[in-house]
Amino acid sequence: MEDILPFLIGGLYAGGVYLVFHKSFVKLIIGLIILGYASNLMLFTISRITRGAPPLVPEGATTLTEPFADPLPQALVLTAIVIGFGIQAFAIVLIKVGYRIVDTDNLDELNTTDRLED
Amino acid sequence: MENELLIVLLIPLLGGIFSLFFWKDIKSQKVIFLISATGLLLAATNLMVSVLDEGVITLQSAGWEAPFGISLVADYLSTFMVLLTSLMGLAVGVYTLGDMDRARMRFGFYPLMNFLLFSVCGAFMSGDIFNLYVWFEIMLISSFVLMALGNTKPQLEGAIKYVTMNIIASVFFLAGIGVLYGLTGTLNMADLALRIDSVPQEELITLAAIFFFIAFGVKSAVFPLFGWLPASYHTPPVAMTAIFAGLLTKVGVYAFIRFFTLIFNQENLFLDNLLLFTAGTTMFVGVLGAAAQMEFRKILSVHIISQIGYLIMGLAINTKLALAGVIYFMVHIVIVKSNLFLISGVVKRLRGSFELKKLGGVYGSHPFLAILFAISAFSLAGFPPLSGFWAKFILVKAGLDVQDYLIVAVALLVGFLTLYSMTKIWNEVFWKRMPDQDEYDKKHPPVKLWSMAPMMIPIVLLTALTLALGIFGEPIMHFALMTAEQLQTPEIYINKVLQISE
Repeated sequence: MEDILPFLIGGLYAGGVYLVFHKSFVKLIIGLIILGYASNLMLFTISRITRGAPPLVPEGATTLTEPFADPLPQALVLTAIVIGFGIQAFAIVLIKVGYRIVDTDNLDELNTTDRLED
Repeated sequence: MENELLIVLLIPLLGGIFSLFFWKDIKSQKVIFLISATGLLLAATNLMVSVLDEGVITLQSAGWEAPFGISLVADYLSTFMVLLTSLMGLAVGVYTLGDMDRARMRFGFYPLMNFLLFSVCGAFMSGDIFNLYVWFEIMLISSFVLMALGNTKPQLEGAIKYVTMNIIASVFFLAGIGVLYGLTGTLNMADLALRIDSVPQEELITLAAIFFFIAFGVKSAVFPLFGWLPASYHTPPVAMTAIFAGLLTKVGVYAFIRFFTLIFNQENLFLDNLLLFTAGTTMFVGVLGAAAQMEFRKILSVHIISQIGYLIMGLAINTKLALAGVIYFMVHIVIVKSNLFLISGVVKRLRGSFELKKLGGVYGSHPFLAILFAISAFSLAGFPPLSGFWAKFILVKAGLDVQDYLIVAVALLVGFLTLYSMTKIWNEVFWKRMPDQDEYDKKHPPVKLWSMAPMMIPIVLLTALTLALGIFGEPIMHFALMTAEQLQTPEIYINKVLQISE
């Protein structure tokens, strides 16, 4: 499993970046979501992918014995997913309202604030 | 001791929650915001007094000892930033009493301001990198909503760019945390600083540093990651721009200072050069961008970029004097820049525009306002004896001390070009005659400055503060040197957080 995940993470990063480079609002948002997944998955991989090895100190021993999964990155991933979910929800609403008011879904046309003069 | 630290966070949090109870009652929300902002200023001052006494104050949340729980740490730098935040919060809060439309207030402007202050203070005092990430996200979501509040077309265009860049920055931040945790097995900043020295894979540390560099670089708008700032900062009402200009980019700079003096403080030629290069290009590109603009708020907001360059320059030189210069520059720039934005709001109220071409004649009709602008603008450009002169003087002196002549030359040139932009505003807005003045005067009755008292009071006070900072700068400089010394001896911070007795 640990041999496959790095490739998956790399693929997700690549896919996210590819989508972010598109002009469409919707592709942009999907790209951002996929980039978020890539980082979360990377954080998750750091905790070692071991099945059925909770980090519990066995009776009589004073330290953990290998192999065990580090629970802390898993907690971090949970937090990051929840935060990311909130931010993504906001971003989706933002592009929806943006689409209605700016009346385009082409990112290249969002240039009225960059122009020097009207 | 610890409670003083906690109360700084509790006041804006409770203020935000209470004002949500009064969702439809804007008057109560205003009162609550003013109370909480004043309370925050008092609490921050109180914390400052204690920190000056103690050096570093820590709070181990829920009683979990340092590397395991989340630590909140208030050292000189953090407390100083919190104090600045509370000051700006109160100043802008008073300003909004005179200049904020009802539609925006009805949709939660004041609760959001409370949450913004809450998260910014939290970010300054966090002693844990993942906790810092969470504070950043709270700050982002409040600023996203504030940026888009009002649903005007330019605001939404700006907000889409701002949101996109910041989500990408968060992705990098998270990846950086992952790499650092994988290398050291800890998230506590003090513990990280101890353990990172014994990590064998130097190139991975550099990799993590670059991830954080990108994450904080987007937040603080350094070259070449600043693209979102000129597109978005001038779109919301000036009160919001003023608070963004005063606080948000400075949180990024604070994170830079914290990470690169505490965690990534090893000898690393690549990182040092990267910082120095970024500093030079940021200030130069920023000031050129501002020189090209012809709109009051745009000039000021693009200018923020070049000021960030100065702050990064001090960090890149990284001597005691340079870091003290960064602290001094920070207080100077936060006060002056926000004040200039507030003044632009008053000009808009008087003349109905931000376009330099359509403005003019303010010196003739409102000389007092013109003088207030001149003090701040020439302080920004670095005229003695105003605060900007001393701030730049210290940084240039620090650069000369380490014989980095190139960056010093860039800094001086940028100071000169700053003067060009400020003179342009002065000429166009205050000095020249307004193009269709007679017609404008016929349609609009003359406005007296005192009729805008809530807007003018913070401007007058902030200008007085700028003057005081320049003329009686010695105590601030003394404090800045103390802060720099504390930043250069991270052992103080580490020992206090991890409770190691020497």
